[in-house]
Amino acid sequence: MTGRTLYDKVWDSHAVKTYEDGSTLLYVDRHLVQEVSSPQAFDGLKAMGRALRRPDAHVAVADHAVPTRMRDKPLPDGLAARQVSRLVDNARAFGVPYIPMNDRRHGIVHVIGPELGFTLPGATLVCGDSHTCTHGAFGAIAFGIGASECETVFATQTIRQTKQKRMRVRLLGAPGPGVTVKDIILALIAKVGTGGGFGHAIEYAGPAIAALSMEARMTLCNMSIEAGSRVGMVAPDETTFAYLQGRPLAPAGALWDRAVAEWRTLASDADAVFDREVELDVSAIAPHVSWGTTPEETLPVTGAVPDPAAEPDPARRARLQKSLDYMGLTPGMPLKEIAIDRVFIGSCTNGRIEDLRRAAGVLSGRRIAPSVQGIVVPGSAGVRSQAEAEGLDRIFRDAGFEWRASGCSMCVAMNDDRLAEGERCASTSNRNFEGRQGKGGRTHLMSPEMAAAAAVAGRLSDVRDLGR
Amino acid sequence: MEKFATLTSIAAPLPETHLDTDVIFPARFLLLPDKKGLGEQLFNERRSNRDGDGPRFVLDTPPWNQARILVTGRAFGTGSSREQAVWSLADFGIRCVIAPSFGEIFFSNCFKNGVLPIVLDEAAHGAVMAAADAAQPLTIDLEAQAIRFQDGRTLPFAIDPHRKRTLLEGLDEIGLILADDLADISGFEARQRQERPWLHLTREQLGYLDDVGEELR
Ligand code: SF4
Repeated sequence: MTGRTLYDKVWDSHAVKTYEDGSTLLYVDRHLVQEVSSPQAFDGLKAMGRALRRPDAHVAVADHAVPTRMRDKPLPDGLAARQVSRLVDNARAFGVPYIPMNDRRHGIVHVIGPELGFTLPGATLVCGDSHTCTHGAFGAIAFGIGASECETVFATQTIRQTKQKRMRVRLLGAPGPGVTVKDIILALIAKVGTGGGFGHAIEYAGPAIAALSMEARMTLCNMSIEAGSRVGMVAPDETTFAYLQGRPLAPAGALWDRAVAEWRTLASDADAVFDREVELDVSAIAPHVSWGTTPEETLPVTGAVPDPAAEPDPARRARLQKSLDYMGLTPGMPLKEIAIDRVFIGSCTNGRIEDLRRAAGVLSGRRIAPSVQGIVVPGSAGVRSQAEAEGLDRIFRDAGFEWRASGCSMCVAMNDDRLAEGERCASTSNRNFEGRQGKGGRTHLMSPEMAAAAAVAGRLSDVRDLGR
Repeated sequence: MEKFATLTSIAAPLPETHLDTDVIFPARFLLLPDKKGLGEQLFNERRSNRDGDGPRFVLDTPPWNQARILVTGRAFGTGSSREQAVWSLADFGIRCVIAPSFGEIFFSNCFKNGVLPIVLDEAAHGAVMAAADAAQPLTIDLEAQAIRFQDGRTLPFAIDPHRKRTLLEGLDEIGLILADDLADISGFEARQRQERPWLHLTREQLGYLDDVGEELR
């Protein structure tokens, strides 16, 4: 028998049964529930008179639609207030623990899952949200599902799935100064394309991984979906265990030792075979920024806006032109000359404490350009209070940023935090799709330190030029 | 769920690639409470001119405003998992989407809502796009896994057998699992509690969330 991959091992340990067509009924250990993808699922259960199979396997929180200001007051009446209310009522009716927006445990689902220790190595975890792949950083099989599939998980604690092919991304070398895992994942997406991981579960491996913190691994796995893959994983190691030990929902005592003993066996076997292998030398990567309207339309910040005229393939040329028109950019323009109006630091990609520390490191003693409006939205209440304990909020405020409460905010623009038509934003989020940050808004994706550097300069800039 | 057998309709040509779910169904409308009526918001930002003079989005342009099939470019439905992307297509009347590739979550959401996504290679896709441009009706025969053109040509397409059955019979997936697999699920849970007890939260652990307050409202 050939060796098994990390993905194979977690999959095999959750296969309830295999159907004659080769698909598997996969057991789901954990389900994170938010306000946007759950109401229709709860409605479906009610219509059929179905209960939750295991209410204890779910945690609910409202993160997408909540405001990031004036959180000590109820939401103003409107669609968002009603959506949050519906989640509260459903959680109560079905016996699911619900974390209110003012609670010290509040935050974006993909930030609080790990913080709570709800996310565990070797587990299966789902959420009606595509960035659920974030939790793969712990060596879990974690993937986003639609609302109908949420209903299936509520009622059966399982989901019928066909196993993905296996893809290994080996990261070689060490990143240079000013280069973060965000630049690495953007460079990877630019290399393999937004469909590069389609049909595959990605495992990130190689020497560069061992050196990454859990937060960096989460940033990496988070954007797997932007490379077309629902699943992105890292094998658990000492870094993983150190992060989890003592978390409220992580196992404790003798159970912890038993769990760790098994988690140590999860790494892919040396003779395991992957369907696809990709290598990336991270020492050669410069800080990246996106210039277009898909995450693959990304370049080193030292580059220039591409010229559609130089693209021989007509379909690609049309696509390029469309992106440039939407983004309001001229071919050949150096990326560092692109002026910005707004800066957003936050999201489940880059809204954790290490992200805020690095952005604050760039901003300390500096002011953002007068033409720029910036907000910092911590990924969770825990991140926010930690940042305040470290005085980071002061640095952001002194630099001219607004310091907000936790939530998805301007990553998805479902609350009041959004770009106006034509506004251009340096953003630490994960999607530069048309209208993602507000109708007609223009998004440039980058790392927290690059967003901070852009805020100071008032245009896209190379954090390495700032010196320090 | 509405059954899918055969569908005959003209197809709307939308050759653009990378139409992600944010373009199909912009996020701000995710606050709307129901599945019904979402066709109004389908491709909202592309449809600023729905009935006036001047250029209109293909789904607002006769005869394609009646199309029940959409032919589009690669990487359709990538991005967010929002099922509203499928609900809005279905509400608009689209029951079949043909593209060279799809976002995975969108693809699987289609089958939960009686919408058939078909992946075609470039040559076949080109032929279907040409028929769409010419507003020639196509027949999608799911049982035979074939797309029939008006002139008698036929193109085969592939589909996972379980998903095919789900669409043909309009099956309730949850009902199926509850009817056939409950004993297996219970057996699995009992084994898991023995072998990997840490995957089940203890009463004490769950107690950590006991003191959460009420939502302000
Ligand atoms: S922060 Fe953005 S990407 Fe993450 S869950 Fe919220 S909306 Fe989705």
